[in-house]
Amino acid sequence: MSVPFLVAEGVSCVVATRCLFRDLNITAGGGDLVEIRGANGSGKSTLLRGLAGLHVFHTGRLRRHVDFEYLGHRAGLGERLTPVENIRWLLRMRHQRVDVHAVDAAMIRLGLHGAADELCATLSAGQQRRAALARLVVSDAPLWLLDEPLTALDPSGVDLVRRLVAEHRASGGAVICATHANIAAQERTSHEIVLGQ
Amino acid sequence: MGLGSWAKRAFHRTGSPRWFFAGSRRWMIGLYTLGIALILVGSIWGLGFVPPERYQGDSFRILFVHVPAASLAQTMYIAIAVAGLVYLVWRMKMAEMLIAAAAPIGMAVTAAALATGIIWGMPTWGKGWVWDARTVSTLVLLLLFFGLQALRQAIAHPERAALAVSLLAVVGVVNIPIIKYSVEWFTTLHQPPSIEIGKRPTIASVYLWPLAVNALGYYCFVAGVVIAALRVRIVEREANAEWLRSWLAKQER
Amino acid sequence: MSVFFAQLRRDLLIAIRDRSEAANPIAFFLLAVLLLGLGLGRDAGTLGPGAIWVLALFANVLAAEGLFRRDHEDGTLEQMLVRARPLFPAVLGKLAAHWLLAGLPLAALSPLAVFFLHGSMAGATPLCGTLLLGTPILAALSAIGAALTVGTGRGGMLLAILVMPLYVPVLVFGVGAAKAADGAAFAQLMLAAMLVAALTTAPFAVGKALSISQEY
Repeated sequence: MSVPFLVAEGVSCVVATRCLFRDLNITAGGGDLVEIRGANGSGKSTLLRGLAGLHVFHTGRLRRHVDFEYLGHRAGLGERLTPVENIRWLLRMRHQRVDVHAVDAAMIRLGLHGAADELCATLSAGQQRRAALARLVVSDAPLWLLDEPLTALDPSGVDLVRRLVAEHRASGGAVICATHANIAAQERTSHEIVLGQ
Repeated sequence: MGLGSWAKRAFHRTGSPRWFFAGSRRWMIGLYTLGIALILVGSIWGLGFVPPERYQGDSFRILFVHVPAASLAQTMYIAIAVAGLVYLVWRMKMAEMLIAAAAPIGMAVTAAALATGIIWGMPTWGKGWVWDARTVSTLVLLLLFFGLQALRQAIAHPERAALAVSLLAVVGVVNIPIIKYSVEWFTTLHQPPSIEIGKRPTIASVYLWPLAVNALGYYCFVAGVVIAALRVRIVEREANAEWLRSWLAKQER
Repeated sequence: MSVFFAQLRRDLLIAIRDRSEAANPIAFFLLAVLLLGLGLGRDAGTLGPGAIWVLALFANVLAAEGLFRRDHEDGTLEQMLVRARPLFPAVLGKLAAHWLLAGLPLAALSPLAVFFLHGSMAGATPLCGTLLLGTPILAALSAIGAALTVGTGRGGMLLAILVMPLYVPVLVFGVGAAKAADGAAFAQLMLAAMLVAALTTAPFAVGKALSISQEY
């Protein structure tokens, strides 16, 4: 087997005096989908932010061997920029070349071709979410860390996310996803991690 | 056992609140006792038995409080910054608690240094405040201490606050020498010729000894106060810890 | 380099779309000059370069207050931290944009301020020059404070308390360098040295402070 994309060994997190999770092991390699489940406040977002390197786990070791996309609660879109300008910036930050046609195709795929040149401030909550997801289509990162990707999406949007995840896995990518809903659609989930037990 | 592994073990033990809490009580009492004894000896010696100074008469005797306070203020800020660096690099809980405990005490000591300086200045320079390098840097130090407190209270999340305060302390300590240097340069340009404070008079050895005894006393005493404040912090932070509960239960019996 | 320019381009684009906010520091600076002139009346003519330097410090702190706030709220900040490898050029790009919007205009307007206060342009050139050297240092220092306070919801007062003590050397050498007096050459040298030191070290501190602000 090849080297996994991400390995977390024995990670734990304590906020103030409350222990959110302890000695968690997560491995994600090509084709994997890891679903993180748990009630509100069980530490799903904290775990994902930790995996993305936004904070340091109190114990354990985290190794990432590939580039990754992180999509959190906040969309990461400047409201005075258009979705296309935002995606350009996101890609450039990671030295990825911007392919104009690929970005256009992503806009069309997410149903945003009419709104591609409008400022993000004028988009609806669902459209903003779609604009945030568009980066997944153009990104060349093999690992996706998604925090509640279905929030604010309509049924067709939910379907679209499921298809994106399935395609990404089929092409050898890995997804780690915190969610209440079912992301895997008909396919199987590689691992399921339940927090707060 | 090599020195390296001993140092490593000492580092980890000091880093454990539990170990520190158990072992620090004796240290605290020892430092308090030694500090009070030295301050008593130094102060009685300095105030009662040393001859008055030739130009300043008896007013110079505030030096036995002022100089220790001023030196202690700087030492405390540097210690806080070192603890800040330790916390940023190794996330050692004790370092963070040390900063939280020492910062308000350091601010009080700096305020005392400033106040005694002004009181001393009034008869000596004819006015309480002059734009002297040392007075200005002490005022800046007071503001830096104040900034640590203000930032800690502004950030709701305790660990984020601790990290931010640690970083601010490190940034501050890097800047202190530059600030001091710039203020010294400023005062050499602007010094009114009537006031001769630019050159520091060499202290006669009659005064040096009681001053040294007093300074050591203040260092010990404040170290004791910091340890006491640190113990309070530990009780607050580790309120849910098993070892602390069993310790408290033992105290009640 | 591409990260630096991507960040610079982004921030300038946002500033162009939100012109009024970008113009605020300039308007504030002119307003402060006006108030100083009115408050001091005829005495205003006796003021040295120090007065304008102090106004520039205040304008700088106020301008830095919102430097990272919007990025924090909409999540671009966490994306920057997650993506930019290394973080240094991204932060430097942000600082460069901030200086172009809030530092350079102050230096450029300082001759006008001298003219208002003194009625002549005497001493305007050295003042403008020292502000050009000094405002990037101020921008770098205030960015550290802005990064430390991002997400606290506290305004400019806290930021001023945190960073103003650090401004002391910049003010001292800046004013010293602007005066036609002994030590001006030395002060200019010190200012230049501080500029180099600030630009090479402050982005690290800003980056560290930003990543602290996104923990948990």
